[in-house]
Amino acid sequence: MKVSLFITCLVDMFYADAGKDMVEVLERQGCELSFPKGQVCCGQPAYNSGYVENSKSAMKNMIKTFENAEYVVTPSGSCATMFKLYPDVFKDDLNWLPRAQELADKTYEFTQFLVNVLQVENVGAKLTGKATYHPSCHMTRLLGASEEPKKLLNQVEGLEMIPLPNAHNCCGFGGTFSVKMGDISEQMVDEKVNSAIVTEADYLIGADCGCLMNIGGRAERVGKPIRVMHIAQVLNSNE
Amino acid sequence: MAMKFSKKNFTDRTKENISDDFMRQAVASAQERLHGRRLDAAEELGSWEEWRSHGEEIRQHVLENLDFYLHQLSENVAERGGHVFFAKTAEEASDYVRDVIKKKDGKKVVKSKSMVTEEINLNAVLEEAGCEVIETDLGEYILQVDDHDPPSHIVAPALHKNREQIREVFEKKLDYHKTSKPEELALHAREKLRQEFLDADIGITGCNFAIAETGSISLVTNEGNARLVSALPKTQITVMGMERVVPSFEEFEVLVSLLTRSAVGQKLTSYVTALTGTRDEGDVDGPEEFHLVIVDNGRSEILGTEFQSVLQCIRCAACVNVCPVYRHIGGHSYGSIYSGPIGAVLSPLLGGYDDFKELPFASTLCGACTDACPVKIPLHELLHTHRRIIVEEEGRSPISERLAMKAFGIGAASNPLYSMGSKVASTAMKPLTKNDRISKGPGPLKDWTDLREFPAVGNTRFRDWFYDQKGGK
Repeated sequence: MKVSLFITCLVDMFYADAGKDMVEVLERQGCELSFPKGQVCCGQPAYNSGYVENSKSAMKNMIKTFENAEYVVTPSGSCATMFKLYPDVFKDDLNWLPRAQELADKTYEFTQFLVNVLQVENVGAKLTGKATYHPSCHMTRLLGASEEPKKLLNQVEGLEMIPLPNAHNCCGFGGTFSVKMGDISEQMVDEKVNSAIVTEADYLIGADCGCLMNIGGRAERVGKPIRVMHIAQVLNSNE
Repeated sequence: MAMKFSKKNFTDRTKENISDDFMRQAVASAQERLHGRRLDAAEELGSWEEWRSHGEEIRQHVLENLDFYLHQLSENVAERGGHVFFAKTAEEASDYVRDVIKKKDGKKVVKSKSMVTEEINLNAVLEEAGCEVIETDLGEYILQVDDHDPPSHIVAPALHKNREQIREVFEKKLDYHKTSKPEELALHAREKLRQEFLDADIGITGCNFAIAETGSISLVTNEGNARLVSALPKTQITVMGMERVVPSFEEFEVLVSLLTRSAVGQKLTSYVTALTGTRDEGDVDGPEEFHLVIVDNGRSEILGTEFQSVLQCIRCAACVNVCPVYRHIGGHSYGSIYSGPIGAVLSPLLGGYDDFKELPFASTLCGACTDACPVKIPLHELLHTHRRIIVEEEGRSPISERLAMKAFGIGAASNPLYSMGSKVASTAMKPLTKNDRISKGPGPLKDWTDLREFPAVGNTRFRDWFYDQKGGK
């Protein structure tokens, strides 16, 4: 199966390891991977801040970049959601609307692709310890990928999953919200970090690097001992 | 109290409330309790998504045909002996109520809970005209007694107070000397209020839904106070937002079911009352005179716009009870009587961007509100629509942000520019990086690193690794 990677800017620059882990997991499932070079950012930072017009050039670039892809797979629920919103952004643009729709239709978040397209739940991963999962908001509510990560994590050998208290509450990232509304974001991320600590888990797992950067960055700053991992890293573990 | 109740700016209000540990504890525990109950009540009903769709359909149908249903409602109210007044503005509405009371020579007014009367600043207008106004909903009563503390929640207005704080208010203002047990506090309020009901000349109620087909108004409460307000005084005045109408009892039943489950997790509240017209001959109670005030105050300007769906709202506060931002800042931070996600959408529409332009940005667009809404208002999308209008049409964002976003539009659309930028960033950040972390970022990064570590740009970007390993496919 031919898969084009939509790696996202955060993974490209800051979390290349999570990207590499996703590559290895998908390759083991027999996928033939490509990385369309033209990709940059899905446009979400500007779009969510209200700058819809400014975000369109980034979106058009992504539509062109992935035009020949069969499947587009990304390690981010939030960025996948942005692709799914493209048809709405271009709803009045008859030239771009069908192209936006085509991209939206063939885009999958990583865990969705494994579970729903490849029909795999056990990828043969091993990781010893206790873990808790933070369901990121866009991925869970807007993309509708809530069960897929859990199905995959439940099959990881040696991993004990512990429910995260008040898991449904946002971690306080929200893109530019995290800096524009720092006072509020701080309270939200503190509660999230504390909820994770209460579980006594060794790992906090998530499927969106934005949230993980927020939760992990705060946990480190306040000296809370929990390791933050992208789900691709967990699914590519063998220890 | 008018819709806007604070002169402080959003940042100051937020800071102040975040440091209020009592409030935050009270809000967090209320949210958890109400959230859990709502989920249980939805589960118990079954087919919740179908109910939501049905509720949405009813509300949309009403909004599409609002002129018809309002006309039908007013005809039927008049037929049953009531008077109907359409108020274009808040002032028109409160002036009308004041004048009715004046004509009746009314002195003492008892009120049941109503957000729209807060919106039109009714109590202040009536008090200025020399009336004594008494709130009889327990939450509203506590706030009124506490020197008109503003409501912080549309269903549970005193949610920000814990029972100990309420005891202190009662002790100070109502000569109360018992414990902070809710039963004892409620009993004291009840004793105080009972005499007020008996003495009042005028009863003012809100209206959960008006039923067009019969000309009835409905009141959904747990305390029964609205029944006394509407049964004892000789004159009853009901104030409603112009969108709060349903075609018939059939639709009413669906919406009440959604309302009580979503608001308080109950199948039904203790009292669901539908009142039609004035006291009939032989009736032992009910008003001799009945006025229905239908308030526009900006609502008709929302009709037909991309914000129309906000008028579907049935004021259940399910969105408020799941909002992770509200959870930490509480209702008073919004500076509007309408707080939480619904308030962040509605307040700028009714009150303007000058006073409320920050509210749509006080959200992570997490979508919890949209998920919780029993009539499927796409709240987080409407917040986003506000943002777009504020920055693109109104040009109210800071120039630095506008320039940055313009640069983003150019940089994020071009791989060569992005590649150059990310390499420059990597080099520029090297001196700031320690153990793969940046703890003190420069410029815009500072806002991030004030609170959190920032990851260093990796030595090898994913794309470089991929080209290197797999060849540039």
